[in-house]
Amino acid sequence: MSAADNIATILSSGARLTIPLAFAACGEYVAQRAGTLNISVEAMMLGAAFGSIAVASATGSATIGLAAGALIGVLIAVVHANLSHRAQINTFVVGLVLNALVLGLTSYLITISTFTGHQVGRVDIPVLRDIPIIGPMLFVQRWPAYLLLIAIPLTWWLVERSRWGLELRAVGENPQAADVSGIKVNHRRRQALLFCGLLAGLGGAYLAVGEVGSFNQNMTAGRGYLVIAAVIFGAWRLGRTMIGCAVFGLADAMRLALPSLGITVNSQLLIAAPYLLALLAMLIFATAHREPRALAQPFQRGTT
Amino acid sequence: MTPPNGGDAAGRRLLARLNPGVGGWQVAAATVVTVAAALGLSALLIAVTGGSPSASVQALYRGSMASPAAWSNSLLYVAPLLLVAVGACVSARSGFFNIGQEGQVLIGALAGAWVGLRLALPGPLLLIVVLLAALLASGGWAGLSALMYRFRGVNVVVSTLLMTFLAQQLVSFAVNTPWLLQESRLGTGVVSPQSNPLPEGGRLGSFGDYPNLQINGGLILAILLAVALSLAMTRTRWGFRLKMLGLNPVTAKHAGVRVGALGGMALAISGAFAGLAGAMLLTSPVGSHRLQPGMSLNIGWDGLLVALVARNNPLLAIPVAVLFGVLRAGGSFLAATGVPSFLVDVVKALLVLAFVAPPVVIGMRRRRRAGTQTAGTPPPAAGMPTPITPATDPAVPGSDENAMEGKLA
Repeated sequence: MSAADNIATILSSGARLTIPLAFAACGEYVAQRAGTLNISVEAMMLGAAFGSIAVASATGSATIGLAAGALIGVLIAVVHANLSHRAQINTFVVGLVLNALVLGLTSYLITISTFTGHQVGRVDIPVLRDIPIIGPMLFVQRWPAYLLLIAIPLTWWLVERSRWGLELRAVGENPQAADVSGIKVNHRRRQALLFCGLLAGLGGAYLAVGEVGSFNQNMTAGRGYLVIAAVIFGAWRLGRTMIGCAVFGLADAMRLALPSLGITVNSQLLIAAPYLLALLAMLIFATAHREPRALAQPFQRGTT
Repeated sequence: MTPPNGGDAAGRRLLARLNPGVGGWQVAAATVVTVAAALGLSALLIAVTGGSPSASVQALYRGSMASPAAWSNSLLYVAPLLLVAVGACVSARSGFFNIGQEGQVLIGALAGAWVGLRLALPGPLLLIVVLLAALLASGGWAGLSALMYRFRGVNVVVSTLLMTFLAQQLVSFAVNTPWLLQESRLGTGVVSPQSNPLPEGGRLGSFGDYPNLQINGGLILAILLAVALSLAMTRTRWGFRLKMLGLNPVTAKHAGVRVGALGGMALAISGAFAGLAGAMLLTSPVGSHRLQPGMSLNIGWDGLLVALVARNNPLLAIPVAVLFGVLRAGGSFLAATGVPSFLVDVVKALLVLAFVAPPVVIGMRRRRRAGTQTAGTPPPAAGMPTPITPATDPAVPGSDENAMEGKLA
């Protein structure tokens, strides 16, 4: 294998590992801009991954499985939103409990049931795929990967250009002021969380019916936390968040690919790298005050 | 400088706390209902998936409570769970919410194993040094988060969460590195990634004169620490300041509390307790006296749930930790009967929800009713200063809390 082939392999596997992260990160970005530090994104991804395989196995259609996965992400978001924004239980508490619940539930259900594997179709664009190095990365992916081309601009437009997004950002920055100007703060936060559930569900389902084709116990393995790290790494900007996802995906791909190339890089360091980078990014950018000011602060009317 | 969970809700929040709280009986009744619902849901899950709920319950019982030996097994898990939970109570009370216990447990175990394998000290001295090393290392590890918050304003929840994954990789690195923890491994090629076992002298003893009932020394240590910390939190000036900081950081600051120092110390203490739990895994028969990547056994996450159910009360955490220990021991026994032990994780999570939700939901309904009655406006609690339950402490506001605010005012 030539060097170019190796780079092409790493890049395309990096892209494959990036895609689920990118979907979920779009959603987490919206949730955080609205002021919810959503920890249950791990639960959303894992639940969606399980649901997509279960439904795909039952219906025989990976596409329906993908849709079911997204739906399960939304369902988990509904539970989270009602508990943390309506009943005002600490959002981290809710997130942790949901993560534990979904991990236990999916692990239990997968041990007592058998599913047939399903995968969505691959798009293989004949001429473009032969472009050296970036061809396989960009033009040989499962078809839902190209939904990202809609999801990213849509998320950006929603948050940065629409009225809904303006209100959403106001809710994340200064919920009291937003409340006074007639925005229903917790209502907006719930909506943001549902959006997050939809995209995180899509990401988790992509992991199952897109990349792997089956479900393994705890198959997200902390990817949800990685998504949170990506948003922080991106300093609450969508573009940088996506770059963060790509960096994390690439680090993961390198970890898998480098040993076969005879290059020894400490694998623990490569696994830890995303978290380390996110921490460093926070340390460096913290003074820039990019964090939504009301991030992780519950809002209740009449308290200020 | 306000703690990550508190805003500048300031005086309003203080006043809100003076309003009468949620009725205790109502919460108790609602809790009974929700716990029954959680158990019913779990039974339904077993039944739907083709198992027998009664057989599963029997297996759970036999593995955890039926015999002295089973009890010994359950109680082994209680010590580390309780230690993590007590630490979590401290940090949650201060408003510096630590969720990185899982990593701190590992760091404690790492430091304990390193010290225990390197130092050739006689029996009990080695044990003490191992426990101290674990405590200091994890306290420092959690202290890093406090420093990051103090100097760069990094969100404590996020940094403790991210550092959990660093800790996991650090331990994985340590056990995979021959020069660090495997100096006496055999020259037979394949080595499983784990450290050498801790010498006999560095292990916690058991008290076992009763027929087959073994009570590990760690449990006694953990209960003593829980009681001590409970006293410190309710009876000392430090505990008073801690509570003030958690309830209202702005007032605390004006009253002369050094927010960063006190909150950072609370974070370090919670980390130190988690580290002690890690050392407990190493020195009591729960683990195999070796450092292994998966040795934390989710004790960190579970301990956090124990603290939640106990509503950040160290004394209440003792029975809750026993409940969780019983579920753990029963869960591993359950697996032998064919029902996957993951079911216990589902039951645990449902139970936590069942315990946490009622006071909050009842409080919410009250507020809604109060809002509609007094203001006469259709939307809930319009504009009224409503009683606020602090996010990390959905407990019934007790008389001592009101007394404290009386002093403050």
